[in-house]
Amino acid sequence: MSTAQYIDRHLPANGDELLQFPSRLALRGISKQYPGCLANDSIDLDIPPGEIHALLGENGAGKSTLMKVIYGLVKPDAGEIYWRGKSVRISDPSHARRLGIGMVFQHFSLFETLTVTQNIALALGTPAKEMRALGERISNVSARYGMRLNPDRLVHTLSIGERQRVEIVRCLVQDIHLLILDEPTSVLTPQEVNTLFVTLRQLATEGCSILFISHKLHEVRALCQKATVLRAGRVSGACVLGVETTSSIARMMVGDSTPISTTYTKVRAETPFLSVVGLNKATHDPFGTTLKNLAFEVRRGEILGIAGVAGNGQEELLAALSGEEPVKNGDSICLPDAAIGHLPPDARRRMGVAFVPEERLGRGAVPDMNLRENGLLTGFMQGLVRRGMVQSEKVVTFADQIITRFKVKAAGSHSEARSLSGGNLQKFIIGREVLQNPKLLITAHPTWGVDIGAAVAIHEALIGLRDQGASILVVSEDIDELFQISDRICAIFDGRMSPQKATAETTIEEVGRWMAGDFDYGEDAGSAASQVSKEIQPC
Amino acid sequence: MLIMERRPEPSRWMSYLSPVLAGLLTLLTGALVFSLLGQPPLHALKTFLITPIADAYGLAELCVKAAPILLCALGLAVAYRANVWNIGAEGQLLMGGLAGSALAVQFTDSDSAWLLPAVLLCGILAGMVWAGLAALLKTRFNTNEILTTIMLNYIAFNLLQYFVHGPLKDPHGYNFPESAVFADAARLPILVDATRVHQGTVIALFVGAAVWLLMGRSFLGFQIRVLGRDSRAARMAGFSEKHLIWLVFLISGGLAGLAGVAEVAGPIGQLVPNISPGYGYAAIIVAFLGRLHPVGVLLASLLMALLFMGGEMLQIELNLPLALTGMFQGMLLFYLLACDALIVYRLRWHRKLPVPATVVTS
Repeated sequence: MSTAQYIDRHLPANGDELLQFPSRLALRGISKQYPGCLANDSIDLDIPPGEIHALLGENGAGKSTLMKVIYGLVKPDAGEIYWRGKSVRISDPSHARRLGIGMVFQHFSLFETLTVTQNIALALGTPAKEMRALGERISNVSARYGMRLNPDRLVHTLSIGERQRVEIVRCLVQDIHLLILDEPTSVLTPQEVNTLFVTLRQLATEGCSILFISHKLHEVRALCQKATVLRAGRVSGACVLGVETTSSIARMMVGDSTPISTTYTKVRAETPFLSVVGLNKATHDPFGTTLKNLAFEVRRGEILGIAGVAGNGQEELLAALSGEEPVKNGDSICLPDAAIGHLPPDARRRMGVAFVPEERLGRGAVPDMNLRENGLLTGFMQGLVRRGMVQSEKVVTFADQIITRFKVKAAGSHSEARSLSGGNLQKFIIGREVLQNPKLLITAHPTWGVDIGAAVAIHEALIGLRDQGASILVVSEDIDELFQISDRICAIFDGRMSPQKATAETTIEEVGRWMAGDFDYGEDAGSAASQVSKEIQPC
Repeated sequence: MLIMERRPEPSRWMSYLSPVLAGLLTLLTGALVFSLLGQPPLHALKTFLITPIADAYGLAELCVKAAPILLCALGLAVAYRANVWNIGAEGQLLMGGLAGSALAVQFTDSDSAWLLPAVLLCGILAGMVWAGLAALLKTRFNTNEILTTIMLNYIAFNLLQYFVHGPLKDPHGYNFPESAVFADAARLPILVDATRVHQGTVIALFVGAAVWLLMGRSFLGFQIRVLGRDSRAARMAGFSEKHLIWLVFLISGGLAGLAGVAEVAGPIGQLVPNISPGYGYAAIIVAFLGRLHPVGVLLASLLMALLFMGGEMLQIELNLPLALTGMFQGMLLFYLLACDALIVYRLRWHRKLPVPATVVTS
């Protein structure tokens, strides 16, 4: 079938401008049903050669399913895929790669103990004798697109940004016509994002089409020409980005009823509540991060944001702060009247420290217990237990209180935690901690993977708690979120902490440099310690 | 084509229906086995399951046999809720019987009211010590408790044999491997005349109520359940994993030890080489069959006691091997585990999909 015939047969006859060009990839009426959820509902999409096309939508809008359909990981229930004008059934990812479709996943699939070349050879099925040639090709390709990469490095020695380059180069060493990137900027510093965009633009001018999946509007506007917006599995809008305003695109993403974003007033607090001084912690995990002489403080009535690319010591820091992994030197983590570094989590809770972990199902909440039991999980000090016995009426009241006050959408407090959406469960978990009036709340990635409506509700809950005088520590990879809600900000890199600054007095660029390790932490630990002790008095 | 697909969420219905289904399948297979053995299946099943409890004495014996199974299974149900796989109830039971006997034979002439409580306590402590060994190995060295508790079973069995053939053998017993008969003050009183139903049955029921209160109402029980379902949530909330593991080991070991000492101080009245026909192992099946819930465990322990009695009845009446008891227990567990798959999965008739058209490449 020729391209002209294909256009005649399959495209609607109205004068959409896309029809003037043969699309490299065209989807018509793609639908995919999962048990209890219509992930894709007759989706149409056109990407001409050399276009950088954005696929926008909130979590759960169906973006992932759609790109898995294109990459052959998921078979659609209905609909047609046209590749360069011909109808194809993409049977699996290797078939997609033979067609010239490459994909970079949000979560990398690399073997940490192998070199860059070995990893790419594994994906391509390169015979051992051609390894040297492959290594040269990797060097050439990475140099040509401005992504420096040493083919002989072991992957576990690479930074997250470099690992992403490996994934992209893995696609580029093949003959590629369409590159799909799933939320590629979520793991990068702002500077790395700019470098990535340069590479992608160069690829596009050479004729490669790019499908860029994201939920960050300003990035999409900076990079892409056209966008398709998904909401609840359907195309809610297709637009030329130069024409639409950011807020009109945001409306297409979230619908009419949801508030999009708010600005919050920044406060300036003086009295420290949590003081961390000289926190060192060696990791037992060969790929973990050792905490090196961390020092920072969270003051009463403020939100301190800690930025950083994943895997730079956030998990280790959070475990040390929550008490899940107490540190030997208890003095390195202090509240105003006590050193708590050596204490287990329940003892810290008794002193008013609350913790919201990154994982909601299976750490923050027990998946197959109901919301009442999950309220009791950390709320047991709120008079819910008397003489060792659970006061079931009070437990129900407590759960109902959380549900009404934080507008958790659930069938009732008898619902199992696993039946809630990510955003609603997170509202429940944050609400559970906020209702206990903690003096210090430590939250990890509080709005990761939740819809915009829930994110706004969670931010408001945190701001409300701050205004009551509590100290709040937010660890997040989302730098925009941190600039929105924190009063002071810093960044963690390779287990070291950057200086802290009032959010109003710094810029995304500066914090981005901190995230890349560009700050003065002193070469030897001794001088760093003396430098720190000048700023923060040990308790 | 019949396919298994995951349910959107586990079926509560099926988790109660599964033991019933497993029971029915066991009966059907049992009938098949009986007919292969040349017995009319209905008659054999009647001899196996109804004849043993057709009279009052039979019902009383059912209670006698069910009591130790119930005690062991209640403790195991607590441990299994915490994902602690104590397979060592048998060994803990034997140690309880052994230690209780060791105390009781020192006072064969006593009529002190303190003797019985002391003997029972001694048995409980011995069971706790035996389970504590596995708890120590698990919390200190992260040893797999399934392996250690099974190995401790054999050690306990051989210790018992050594003592009953050696130090605890009755010097006036004509060299039989038996201890002296306990004083009446060391025996659990009979409840109903002309039967062997003893106070151990009442104790077992009381323990059942206590376990129900612990697991269903107390905060400690809540912590145990959280640990079993999601150890990371337990750590986040600040529940000490080590303490809870020790606790459930001590509870299950203590109850198994109590079951053992209640056997020697109850129906047996002295230490003999075989104080248990495998109650501790049967209790594992009972705990799962009863869905780890005290009421379910109570019903399942009655059924298991019936299987023990039925096996003996088959041997007496129909000359069939006693191994049938073990076979029925095994079938019951096998079918239960198979039926439990239906809690998470469902069967669906699925018409065969047309083979996808050949892949078109560009």
